[in-house]
Amino acid sequence: MKVSIDHDQCIGAGQCVLSAPEVFDQRDEDGTVMLLDEKPAEGVRGRVRDAVHLCPAGVIEVDE
Amino acid sequence: MTKPTTETPAYPMVRGCPFDPPSDLAQLQREAPISKVRIWDGSTPWLISRYEDVRAVLGDPRVSSDIDLPGYPRVSAGIAARPDESKTFVNLDEPAHSAQRRALTSDFRVKKMEELRPRIQSLVDGLIDDLLAGPQPADLVSKFALPLPSMVICELLGVPYEDRTFFHKISNTIISRDSTPEESVKAFDDVLAYLIDLLDRKDADPVDDVFSHLAVEQMRTGKLSRRELGPMAALLLVAGHETTASMIALGVATLFDHPDQLKELRETDDPALVASAVEELLRYLSIVHAGRRRVALEDLEVGGQLIRKGEGIIASIDIANRDQDAMTDPDHLDIHRGTRDHVAFGYGVHQCLGQPLARIELQVVFGTLFRRIPTLALAVPEDELEFKPEGEVYGMHALPVRW
Repeated sequence: MKVSIDHDQCIGAGQCVLSAPEVFDQRDEDGTVMLLDEKPAEGVRGRVRDAVHLCPAGVIEVDE
Repeated sequence: MTKPTTETPAYPMVRGCPFDPPSDLAQLQREAPISKVRIWDGSTPWLISRYEDVRAVLGDPRVSSDIDLPGYPRVSAGIAARPDESKTFVNLDEPAHSAQRRALTSDFRVKKMEELRPRIQSLVDGLIDDLLAGPQPADLVSKFALPLPSMVICELLGVPYEDRTFFHKISNTIISRDSTPEESVKAFDDVLAYLIDLLDRKDADPVDDVFSHLAVEQMRTGKLSRRELGPMAALLLVAGHETTASMIALGVATLFDHPDQLKELRETDDPALVASAVEELLRYLSIVHAGRRRVALEDLEVGGQLIRKGEGIIASIDIANRDQDAMTDPDHLDIHRGTRDHVAFGYGVHQCLGQPLARIELQVVFGTLFRRIPTLALAVPEDELEFKPEGEVYGMHALPVRW
């Protein structure tokens, strides 16, 4: 799995951080998404998929 | 009940059970999930009622939140009468929306809100101490559900809590569908003057709170003007306490109606179950019951229905969160359901900014209240409870309890 984000469209709702904090964080300066792990381990992939579904701005993509 | 197909149903519809969306709305979802409804001004926007369609519409950049565009289905005459300059990011499209919202997102980060948990816990415990020391029966709305989010948002924003009587009254006027246009405009002007003065004082003497950050980083640098910041500050103050207060009161009343689940919540020490219960109450109650209002910027198709440019749209999140095609047994409250896969905070770029704060406040409340007051119960028959169908945000006028 490879994760990519469209940072410019992020609205900082924080859903991804709640789903997979190992993979996503929010930047201190504006709360927008920060990708911590482009290639998440198998154990968190389900929660990364949750983040894709829950992201209100649709800015997370995964290539499986 | 069966209606002739030529009749356009009136919206909003009337609830039967106070904890469920109106049954006419449920019928519409089953039989005509995308259909025209007639609102207060006689206009006939599209009502979108299915979960997938609501997400599709709210996530579509061809759909606008701009309240000033022709065809936008305004909630009430009072709201319609507000001046154009009262628009905030809630009613702006990109890129203006993000320019305003990003001035705030740092202050509402998940981790930043999590740091507030101990302080929120101490406020909750203090309010419960006061409640227990006072007479019975007591009104849980005025003694607990409203003061908690008010205290929290005041501390976070940097608004003196002593001024709460003033802004509670103003908030009620602003969000009530029953307010006259004059009352609504006057309330908005009053709160705006108060908040702009407060921002000026923060600019002169900044501390570590949201309004100081706005004054120093936005107002002082000229990134956002006073005209933009005043309404934003008003939005934060109003949205920051009425909604959470409603969720606390309605959530407690809902759990009184589900004693087995209340018992389970009272006896658990599992924060995951408390968090799951909070998500379920958010889904089940969906208090923003006036629907998310939009207007189409272009012709577009939703769930097989053509919506034309300029036509109004109401995305009904309350019934969408009860869609049996999207979730199992949606009319059943199940605190174990535990999913954030609901649209109670909306969806799309306008999804609630304050959701990380709301979640933590509700988690602390529902993880503490029944544990601290195990005998907490309604002090009046359920049919005497007074709900707030007239608000943009559903809620309760009072919740008399004893213990």
